[in-house]
Amino acid sequence: MQERVIMSDQEINNELLRSVFEHPLRFWVGAGVLGIFAAMWLISLSWLIYWGVGVTGLNRPVYWGFLITNFVFWVGISHAGTMISSILRLTQAEWRRPVVRAAEVMTVFSLGTAALFPLIHTGRPWRAVYWVFPYDFMRDVFPNVRSPLIWDPSAIFTYLTGSALFVYTALIPDLAVIRDRSTGLRRTIYGALALGWTGNTRQWKLQGIAGVLISALILPVFVSVHSIVSWDFAVSIVPIWHATVFAPYFVVGAVHSGVSAVLTLMAGMRWFFKWEKFIRPEHFDAVGRLLIVIATVWLYFFFLDFVFAIAAEETRELAVMERRVFEWPYWFLLVEIIILGYLIPVGMWLKRSVRRNIKLMFWSSLLVNVAMWSERYWLIVPGIERKYELKFSWSFYNPQLVELGLVVGSFGIVVFLLLMFSKLFPPIVLWEEKEGQRFAANVKIGQAVVPAIVKEE
Amino acid sequence: MACQAENNIPINEESAFRENRAIEWIRIERYWTDSEDFAESSPQYLPMTCQHCGNAPCEPVCPVYATYHTPDGLNAQIYNRCIGTRYCGNNCPWNVRYFNYHDPKFEDTFTNHLNPDVTVRSRGIMEKCSMCVQRIRRGVREARYDGRELQDGDIMPACAQTCPTNAIIFGDLNNPDSQVSQMVASDRNYELFGELGTAPGLTYLAKVDVDAEEHSEEEEHAAVPQSPVIWMTVNG
Repeated sequence: MQERVIMSDQEINNELLRSVFEHPLRFWVGAGVLGIFAAMWLISLSWLIYWGVGVTGLNRPVYWGFLITNFVFWVGISHAGTMISSILRLTQAEWRRPVVRAAEVMTVFSLGTAALFPLIHTGRPWRAVYWVFPYDFMRDVFPNVRSPLIWDPSAIFTYLTGSALFVYTALIPDLAVIRDRSTGLRRTIYGALALGWTGNTRQWKLQGIAGVLISALILPVFVSVHSIVSWDFAVSIVPIWHATVFAPYFVVGAVHSGVSAVLTLMAGMRWFFKWEKFIRPEHFDAVGRLLIVIATVWLYFFFLDFVFAIAAEETRELAVMERRVFEWPYWFLLVEIIILGYLIPVGMWLKRSVRRNIKLMFWSSLLVNVAMWSERYWLIVPGIERKYELKFSWSFYNPQLVELGLVVGSFGIVVFLLLMFSKLFPPIVLWEEKEGQRFAANVKIGQAVVPAIVKEE
Repeated sequence: MACQAENNIPINEESAFRENRAIEWIRIERYWTDSEDFAESSPQYLPMTCQHCGNAPCEPVCPVYATYHTPDGLNAQIYNRCIGTRYCGNNCPWNVRYFNYHDPKFEDTFTNHLNPDVTVRSRGIMEKCSMCVQRIRRGVREARYDGRELQDGDIMPACAQTCPTNAIIFGDLNNPDSQVSQMVASDRNYELFGELGTAPGLTYLAKVDVDAEEHSEEEEHAAVPQSPVIWMTVNG
C-alpha cells in the first residue's frame, strides 16, 4: 500500500463530502444527460403500458424477451454489492474500503430497477399487486406458492430490504457528520436520519455488531436470489432452460457481471468526483485479481451447460443447442460472449500494469457487461423460439424500439439514481476510510513497529 | 370457425398471423411427409388444441392461480385473475396458450353475435381452449333437471359438432360403453409428447385427451377417418 496518502480525519471529511456540499457544473451536466435517459425510460414505459404488450416484438411462443433478459441482467448486477461488501468485510480485506458503499448502493438501485421489469412486462401490470404483495384482504385468493414467479418477488424483496438496511447501518455515522456540518432544514433532516448518533463507544460497538450481523445474514440471501431467478427457467420444461446447473451458473454469472460493474463504477467515481486519493490503482488491482478467478469459474459453468446438453443426449436440448451454436444470430452472440466476456478482459487483467491502468480497467469491465447481457439473451430466447419439435408453431423474436428504450433507459435510471444518491450522501464511507487510516498508521515502540490499533475480535 | 364463434375469439387480422400472434383455440397444424419429390409428399394434418393435461406444466407456474384444474379434469383459465406473466405459455410444449396482445376486435354487428355464455377476453391475459366448458356445464345441468344420468353424446364441444368426418369425438372415459372409451382402447391410441409425463391421455389420472389416432394414421397412411378422440369424465 505504498501509494496510500496519509490524511487527517478533517481532510477526509472535506474531500469525501464534496459530492454533497458542492455543485460543480459537471454534476448538472451529468444529471441532465442521465435525466434524458431516465425520461426515455419513462416515455417507453408509458407507451408500453398505454398500448399494451402488443407494442413489443413478443409473439407466440416467444412470450419472454428483452425485458426478462434485462431483469436477469440487473439482478445479476445487484449481486456485486453483497459480494464486495459482506464477503470482503467478513474476510477483512483492506481494499474493500472505498468500494463498499458504492457497491451496496448499486445493489439497491439495480435490484429495484430489476424488480420493475417483470411487473411492467405483464399483460396487466395494474393488477400485479396481488402477485407481488400477496396479502389479499377481501377474496381469500392466495398466490400459487408452487410458482417460481412467487419465489422471485419474495427473494428479491428480502434482498432489497436487507441491502437497504445494510446501506443505512453503514450510513448513520456519516449522516451525523453531515448533520454537524449543515444548518437549517438540512440539519433537521439529516439529524432525524442519523438517529441521534453522537459517536460514543457504545454506538460504535453496536454499529460494528450490526455490520457484521447483516453481512453474515445477507450472504445466504445473496446466493438464493439469483438461484431463484434461475429457477424461473430451470423449473420449466423448455429445452435448455431445464438445467440443474442453472442456479450456481447464474450466481457466478451474476458475480462476474456485478463485480465488473463495480469496477466500472469505481473508475467512474474516481473520474467524476476526482477522488484519486481514495480510489487508487491498487484497488483496481485487487478487484482485477478477484475477477480473474470469478470469470474463470463462470467460464467453467458456461461450458458445463454445453456438457449437460450433450451428455444427456436429449434430442430437444441438442436441437436448441445446435441452433444456439450454429445459427444466426446466436453463433455471433456465442463468439461475442466468449471473446468479450472472457478472452479479452481476462487476458488484459493478467498483466499487473493493465490492472493498475484505470482507463483500461474501465473499458474492459464494460466489455464484460456487454457480454453478460448477451449471455442472458442467449440463454433465454433461443429455447422458446424452437420449443419442441412441432415446428408449425416455431417462431422468432424481433425486439422493438420500445423494448430497446426500456433496456437502454434502465441503465440511465440506475446511474441517475446513483448520482442522486451521491448528492445526498457520501458515496465513500467516511468512517471506513478513517478506520483504514488508523490501521495503516504504525507506532514505534522501542525497536518494534506495531500497528496503532489492534482489532478486537 | 365453430370454435371462433362459440368462444368469442377475436377476429385475427392478417398481421396477427404475420406476427405469430393469431388466437386460434384449435388450429390445424400442417406437416408434409418426407419426400425428395414435392409431388410425392403429402400433407398431414394435426389438429392442435389444449391437451387438458392431467399433470399440466402450465398450472404450477402461474403465480396467481389463473390456470387451475377443475375437479372434472379440465384445465381451466380464470380470465379475471390472470395478470399476463405469460409463463404458462412458455411452459406449454404444444404452444396452445394464446396471449391477447391487443384488445379484441369485433367489427360492427359482430358484437351482436357474441356468445353470452362466454367472456370476451380483454387485452393482456392468456386464453386457451376451454373444451367448451359452457356446453359441458349446460349438459350436466340439463341432465340433472331431467333427473337422468348423463348420456354419451349429451355434451359436444363446438369443434366436434361441426367436424363433418367425426374426426373429433368427445365423451366420458369413466363410462366403458362410451364411444371414446372404446376408441381409446384401440392400440392405435397414443399421446402427443406422452413421454413428458404430463398425462394428456391414457393414464387413469388424466381425464381429457385429444388426438388419439392421427399419429397412427401418419404412420400407416391408412384411409381411416382421422379421429382425434376427446374424452373426459364428468363427475356431475
